[in-house]
Amino acid sequence: MGEYSNRIAAKLTAAFQPTRLDIVDDSSRHHGHAGEHPDGGGETHFNVAVESAAFAGKSRVERQRLVYGVLADELKERVHALALKLTAPGEG
Amino acid sequence: MSENEQPIFAEIRKDIADNDVVLFMKGTPMFPQCGFSAAVVQVLTHLGVKFKGVNVLANDEIRNGIKQFSNWPTIPQLYVKGEFVGGCDIVREMAEAGELQTLFDEKQVAKAS
Repeated sequence: MGEYSNRIAAKLTAAFQPTRLDIVDDSSRHHGHAGEHPDGGGETHFNVAVESAAFAGKSRVERQRLVYGVLADELKERVHALALKLTAPGEG
Repeated sequence: MSENEQPIFAEIRKDIADNDVVLFMKGTPMFPQCGFSAAVVQVLTHLGVKFKGVNVLANDEIRNGIKQFSNWPTIPQLYVKGEFVGGCDIVREMAEAGELQTLFDEKQVAKAS
Protein backbone atom coordinates (compact mmCIF):
# COMPACT_ATOMS: atom_id res chain seq x y z
CA MET A 1 0.00 0.00 0.00
CA GLY A 2 1.07 3.56 -0.64
CA GLU A 3 1.79 6.29 1.86
CA TYR A 4 -1.71 7.75 1.79
CA SER A 5 -3.41 4.37 1.95
CA ASN A 6 -1.42 3.68 5.07
CA ARG A 7 -2.19 7.05 6.60
CA ILE A 8 -5.89 6.68 5.86
CA ALA A 9 -5.92 3.20 7.39
CA ALA A 10 -4.06 4.36 10.52
CA LYS A 11 -6.26 7.39 11.09
CA LEU A 12 -9.55 5.57 10.52
CA THR A 13 -8.45 2.72 12.78
CA ALA A 14 -7.49 5.12 15.57
CA ALA A 15 -10.65 7.19 15.26
CA PHE A 16 -13.31 4.53 14.76
CA GLN A 17 -11.89 1.13 15.89
CA PRO A 18 -13.58 -0.37 12.84
CA THR A 19 -14.90 -3.93 12.79
CA ARG A 20 -14.31 -3.83 9.02
CA LEU A 21 -12.05 -1.58 6.98
CA ASP A 22 -11.49 -1.76 3.23
CA ILE A 23 -9.38 0.77 1.38
CA VAL A 24 -9.02 0.54 -2.38
CA ASP A 25 -6.86 2.93 -4.38
CA ASP A 26 -9.07 3.58 -7.38
CA SER A 27 -6.80 6.23 -8.91
CA SER A 28 -5.86 4.27 -12.03
CA ARG A 29 -9.47 4.46 -13.20
CA HIS A 30 -9.18 8.24 -13.14
CA HIS A 31 -6.02 8.44 -15.21
CA GLY A 32 -5.98 11.60 -17.30
CA HIS A 33 -8.79 13.09 -15.22
CA ALA A 34 -8.44 16.55 -13.69
CA GLY A 35 -7.97 15.17 -10.18
CA GLU A 36 -4.93 13.11 -11.10
CA HIS A 37 -1.79 14.11 -9.23
CA PRO A 38 0.92 15.59 -11.47
CA ASP A 39 3.50 13.12 -10.13
CA GLY A 40 1.44 10.25 -11.58
CA GLY A 41 1.78 8.31 -8.33
CA GLY A 42 -1.92 7.66 -7.90
CA GLU A 43 -3.41 7.78 -4.41
CA THR A 44 -5.86 10.49 -5.42
CA HIS A 45 -9.07 8.46 -5.60
CA PHE A 46 -10.04 5.99 -2.90
CA ASN A 47 -12.97 3.74 -2.21
CA VAL A 48 -13.24 3.29 1.54
CA ALA A 49 -15.65 1.08 3.48
CA VAL A 50 -15.76 1.34 7.26
CA GLU A 51 -17.95 -0.61 9.63
CA SER A 52 -17.85 0.82 13.12
CA ALA A 53 -20.05 1.03 16.19
CA ALA A 54 -19.16 4.74 16.21
CA PHE A 55 -21.63 5.26 13.33
CA ALA A 56 -24.63 3.71 15.10
CA GLY A 57 -27.50 6.16 15.49
CA LYS A 58 -25.86 8.72 13.20
CA SER A 59 -27.22 10.00 9.89
CA ARG A 60 -25.37 9.48 6.62
CA VAL A 61 -24.29 13.10 6.59
CA GLU A 62 -23.01 12.92 10.18
CA ARG A 63 -21.03 9.76 9.43
CA GLN A 64 -19.35 11.26 6.38
CA ARG A 65 -18.57 14.49 8.20
CA LEU A 66 -16.82 12.47 10.91
CA VAL A 67 -14.66 10.73 8.31
CA TYR A 68 -13.95 13.92 6.37
CA GLY A 69 -12.88 15.51 9.66
CA VAL A 70 -10.45 12.72 10.46
CA LEU A 71 -8.99 12.78 6.91
CA ALA A 72 -8.98 16.57 6.47
CA ASP A 73 -5.20 16.75 5.94
CA GLU A 74 -5.19 13.97 3.36
CA LEU A 75 -8.06 15.61 1.46
CA LYS A 76 -6.25 18.92 1.49
CA GLU A 77 -2.87 17.55 0.45
CA ARG A 78 -3.60 14.99 -2.18
CA VAL A 79 -6.77 12.99 -2.03
CA HIS A 80 -9.20 14.26 -4.63
CA ALA A 81 -12.06 11.83 -4.16
CA LEU A 82 -13.17 9.55 -1.37
CA ALA A 83 -16.08 7.22 -2.08
CA LEU A 84 -17.34 6.22 1.34
CA LYS A 85 -19.48 3.35 2.55
CA LEU A 86 -20.01 3.81 6.27
CA THR A 87 -22.01 1.31 8.23
CA ALA A 88 -22.67 0.34 11.82
CA PRO A 89 -22.43 -3.35 12.73
CA GLY A 90 -25.55 -5.25 11.69
CA GLU A 91 -26.47 -2.89 8.86
CA GLY A 92 -24.96 -5.19 6.22
CA MET B 1 -21.53 29.07 9.50
CA SER B 2 -22.07 32.70 10.43
CA GLU B 3 -18.58 33.34 11.78
CA ASN B 4 -17.15 32.60 8.33
CA GLU B 5 -19.82 34.41 6.35
CA GLN B 6 -18.66 35.08 2.79
CA PRO B 7 -20.25 37.29 0.14
CA ILE B 8 -20.82 34.26 -2.08
CA PHE B 9 -23.06 32.65 0.56
CA ALA B 10 -25.87 35.08 -0.39
CA GLU B 11 -25.81 33.74 -3.94
CA ILE B 12 -25.81 30.14 -2.72
CA ARG B 13 -28.72 30.86 -0.38
CA LYS B 14 -30.67 32.42 -3.22
CA ASP B 15 -30.10 29.40 -5.47
CA ILE B 16 -31.26 26.90 -2.86
CA ALA B 17 -34.23 29.09 -1.88
CA ASP B 18 -35.40 29.68 -5.45
CA ASN B 19 -35.10 26.08 -6.64
CA ASP B 20 -36.57 22.94 -5.06
CA VAL B 21 -33.57 20.84 -6.05
CA VAL B 22 -30.08 22.23 -6.63
CA LEU B 23 -27.02 20.22 -7.56
CA PHE B 24 -23.63 21.88 -7.14
CA MET B 25 -21.58 19.92 -9.62
CA LYS B 26 -18.59 19.84 -11.94
CA GLY B 27 -19.81 20.61 -15.43
CA THR B 28 -23.43 20.95 -16.44
CA PRO B 29 -26.31 18.45 -16.30
CA MET B 30 -25.92 18.05 -20.08
CA PHE B 31 -22.12 17.75 -19.94
CA PRO B 32 -20.93 16.63 -16.50
CA GLN B 33 -17.14 16.77 -16.16
CA CYS B 34 -16.75 14.32 -13.31
CA GLY B 35 -18.07 10.80 -12.84
CA PHE B 36 -19.48 11.53 -9.40
CA SER B 37 -21.42 14.55 -10.64
CA ALA B 38 -22.62 12.53 -13.63
CA ALA B 39 -23.88 9.79 -11.32
CA VAL B 40 -26.04 12.21 -9.34
CA VAL B 41 -27.41 13.81 -12.53
CA GLN B 42 -28.37 10.35 -13.69
CA VAL B 43 -30.22 9.60 -10.43
CA LEU B 44 -32.12 12.92 -10.51
CA THR B 45 -33.00 12.48 -14.17
CA HIS B 46 -34.16 8.93 -13.53
CA LEU B 47 -36.42 10.09 -10.69
CA GLY B 48 -37.84 12.79 -12.95
CA VAL B 49 -37.36 15.82 -10.73
CA LYS B 50 -36.64 19.29 -11.96
CA PHE B 51 -33.26 20.51 -10.72
CA LYS B 52 -30.85 23.34 -11.19
CA GLY B 53 -27.24 22.40 -11.86
CA VAL B 54 -24.65 24.90 -10.64
CA ASN B 55 -21.32 24.39 -12.39
CA VAL B 56 -18.66 25.05 -9.74
CA LEU B 57 -15.92 24.83 -12.38
CA ALA B 58 -17.27 28.05 -13.86
CA ASN B 59 -16.81 30.01 -10.63
CA ASP B 60 -13.97 29.50 -8.14
CA GLU B 61 -15.79 31.54 -5.53
CA ILE B 62 -18.72 29.12 -5.57
CA ARG B 63 -16.41 26.13 -5.84
CA ASN B 64 -14.68 27.04 -2.57
CA GLY B 65 -17.65 28.77 -1.00
CA ILE B 66 -20.02 25.83 -1.25
CA LYS B 67 -17.56 23.64 0.64
CA GLN B 68 -17.51 26.14 3.51
CA PHE B 69 -21.23 26.79 3.30
CA SER B 70 -22.14 23.10 3.61
CA ASN B 71 -19.19 22.11 5.78
CA TRP B 72 -18.56 19.40 3.18
CA PRO B 73 -15.21 19.09 1.36
CA THR B 74 -16.29 17.46 -1.89
CA ILE B 75 -18.40 18.09 -4.99
CA PRO B 76 -21.15 17.19 -6.00
CA GLN B 77 -23.52 18.43 -3.32
CA LEU B 78 -27.28 18.06 -3.43
CA TYR B 79 -29.75 20.43 -1.80
CA VAL B 80 -33.49 19.73 -1.57
CA LYS B 81 -35.83 22.52 -0.44
CA GLY B 82 -32.93 24.39 1.08
CA GLU B 83 -31.56 21.42 3.02
CA PHE B 84 -28.23 19.72 2.40
CA VAL B 85 -28.80 16.08 1.50
CA GLY B 86 -25.27 14.88 0.76
CA GLY B 87 -22.80 13.99 -1.95
CA CYS B 88 -22.62 11.20 -4.48
CA ASP B 89 -22.35 8.26 -2.03
CA ILE B 90 -25.33 9.41 0.00
CA VAL B 91 -27.46 10.18 -3.04
CA ARG B 92 -26.72 6.75 -4.51
CA GLU B 93 -27.43 4.95 -1.22
CA MET B 94 -30.67 6.86 -0.70
CA ALA B 95 -31.77 6.21 -4.28
CA GLU B 96 -31.08 2.48 -3.95
CA ALA B 97 -33.04 2.32 -0.69
CA GLY B 98 -35.95 4.27 -2.17
CA GLU B 99 -35.37 7.04 0.40
CA LEU B 100 -34.65 9.73 -2.15
CA GLN B 101 -38.01 9.23 -3.86
CA THR B 102 -39.65 9.37 -0.43
CA LEU B 103 -37.84 12.60 0.36
CA PHE B 104 -38.94 14.15 -2.95
CA ASP B 105 -42.54 13.05 -2.32
CA GLU B 106 -42.58 14.35 1.23
CA LYS B 107 -41.09 17.68 0.21
CA GLN B 108 -43.36 17.82 -2.84
CA VAL B 109 -40.57 18.83 -5.19
CA ALA B 110 -41.41 19.92 -8.71
CA LYS B 111 -41.27 17.33 -11.48
CA ALA B 112 -39.19 17.77 -14.61
CA SER B 113 -41.32 19.16 -17.39
